[in-house]
Amino acid sequence: MFKYYGKWAPYLFLLPAGLVLLIFFFIPFFQTVYLSFFDYSSSIYNPAVVGFANYVKLFHSPVFYKVLWNTFLYLFVAVPILAIFPLFIAILINQKIRGVTLYKILIYLPVIVSIVVAAIAFKWLYADQGILNYIVTLFGAKSVGWLTDPNWALYSVIIVTIWKGIGYYMIIYLAALMSVPKELYEACDIDGANFLTKHLTVTIPHIMPTIALVTTISAISAMKVFAEIYVMTKGGPLNSSKTIVYYIYERAFENLDLGYASAMAVVLLIIVMAFSLINIFCFERNKYQL
Amino acid sequence: MKRFLEKFSIHFVLITVSLLSIFPFIWLISTSLKGNSENIFAYPPSIIPQDFTWANYTGVWHRVDFIGYFINSMIVAGGTVLLNLILSAMAGYPLARMEFKGKKIAFFSILATIMIPFQAIMLPVYLVTLKLHLVDSVSNTAGFIGLIMPFAVSAFGIFLMRQAFLGIPKEMEEAAIIDGCSVWQLFWKVLVPMVKPSLAVLAIFTFIGSWGEFLWPSIVLTKESMYTLPVGVNNLQGMFSSNWRFIAAGSILSTIPILIFFLAMQRYFISGENEGAVKG
Repeated sequence: MFKYYGKWAPYLFLLPAGLVLLIFFFIPFFQTVYLSFFDYSSSIYNPAVVGFANYVKLFHSPVFYKVLWNTFLYLFVAVPILAIFPLFIAILINQKIRGVTLYKILIYLPVIVSIVVAAIAFKWLYADQGILNYIVTLFGAKSVGWLTDPNWALYSVIIVTIWKGIGYYMIIYLAALMSVPKELYEACDIDGANFLTKHLTVTIPHIMPTIALVTTISAISAMKVFAEIYVMTKGGPLNSSKTIVYYIYERAFENLDLGYASAMAVVLLIIVMAFSLINIFCFERNKYQL
Repeated sequence: MKRFLEKFSIHFVLITVSLLSIFPFIWLISTSLKGNSENIFAYPPSIIPQDFTWANYTGVWHRVDFIGYFINSMIVAGGTVLLNLILSAMAGYPLARMEFKGKKIAFFSILATIMIPFQAIMLPVYLVTLKLHLVDSVSNTAGFIGLIMPFAVSAFGIFLMRQAFLGIPKEMEEAAIIDGCSVWQLFWKVLVPMVKPSLAVLAIFTFIGSWGEFLWPSIVLTKESMYTLPVGVNNLQGMFSSNWRFIAAGSILSTIPILIFFLAMQRYFISGENEGAVKG
């Protein structure tokens, strides 16, 4: 094909997007690392260069370990459920039944609704004298301080994240299920295989890449949880529901401890980048044609 | 008989999951319709309001500037969508169709932004925005630009558009150039109209993402008159401390626009053709 464009055309086309990415992604990225070597806690206007002191402080801080532990707990609870349960729902919806569109719309609804509204709705369910505690007492148990008991708060918030994610991952699984060859299911039916063996031997192996994809995407988004915590618990009680992004927010924008917050942000960056690299190079190669 | 039982149990499970998906909203709606003479903490709770009233809706409507929040959200989401369409299409085109020095570097730099979560760089993004005076304390216009710019383009959009341009037959470009088009005209008049379906997908998912964005506006906004819907709704909690009737009514009111949008565009969301397009 002949080259019909001038020497500069490609750069001019890339320029606007490039500028935005430079100013709002790359500069802040390097600035995050840069800021993490300063101490702002004594004076916001005269930060002192402290080298790796913020990192040393970070890894000697019990609160940071608590927050990191909460973040990984979030991951370990939410990710397996979000990888398996939506698949189960997708398999059911993929059967030849009526009302599929309605089911899909209803189950997808939480994905669309603002996370703030979702968190408020759950806060109301979790109220001390709320409907959830009524159900609990129906079963003869004592009512639970869903958001006020340090043993429960984190899990109560995780439930919101899971509830909001199910529809999203269900749709991803439904798309993957379309690619499973129908003949294999027919063969199963002839052999008289039951529901469970059919899907364990045909469906699961076929869509393994999608399961892996969902696992990494949901792990990345679990690392980034913020709004649920901000609206429902503010990280409390006693830091029991505080995860890393919320703690960065608190340190940076409430305590103005910019250096310390940046050191934490670097830790977050390293973790998320590791997950993303796995994701891009293992599961989304085709999307970016690497 | 076996077939019937199987279908019955499938429907049973799906109905249960559907109900669990919408129950938090149902309960919120129920609370929002209960009058002052009804105890909203009553055991057993009643889903159907005994003292039915619209008063909470009118009450919260008069105290909170929902129209203002809605307009702010529309400006931010509209601006974000428009910039994403233009910038993504412009950047996707050379990546798909042109050969130039540094193409690989450009490609991988854009890919790298996928790995950088906004949450990790939000502090310097805020500092940059302050430096550029793009905050609402300067002027409302500056405030809106500051809300929009960090999300004006995304790697997802650029790669989506690149993919779309890759699918156009090369003869189209040759014909247009032979007819005397410049590259600029070729791009806007010939190529962009051909990638409309991808632009529509990008527009819809960018809109949803921008409409629900909470973290960034709650960092940069200082004036209540600039609040977008999510920030305004979160603020209801402080305004009406424990008046759950009002908080519920306000939350439901704020959800109506996006609900209409979703129902109108539902095939884009649930068909599965655009899997993975929304950011989780």
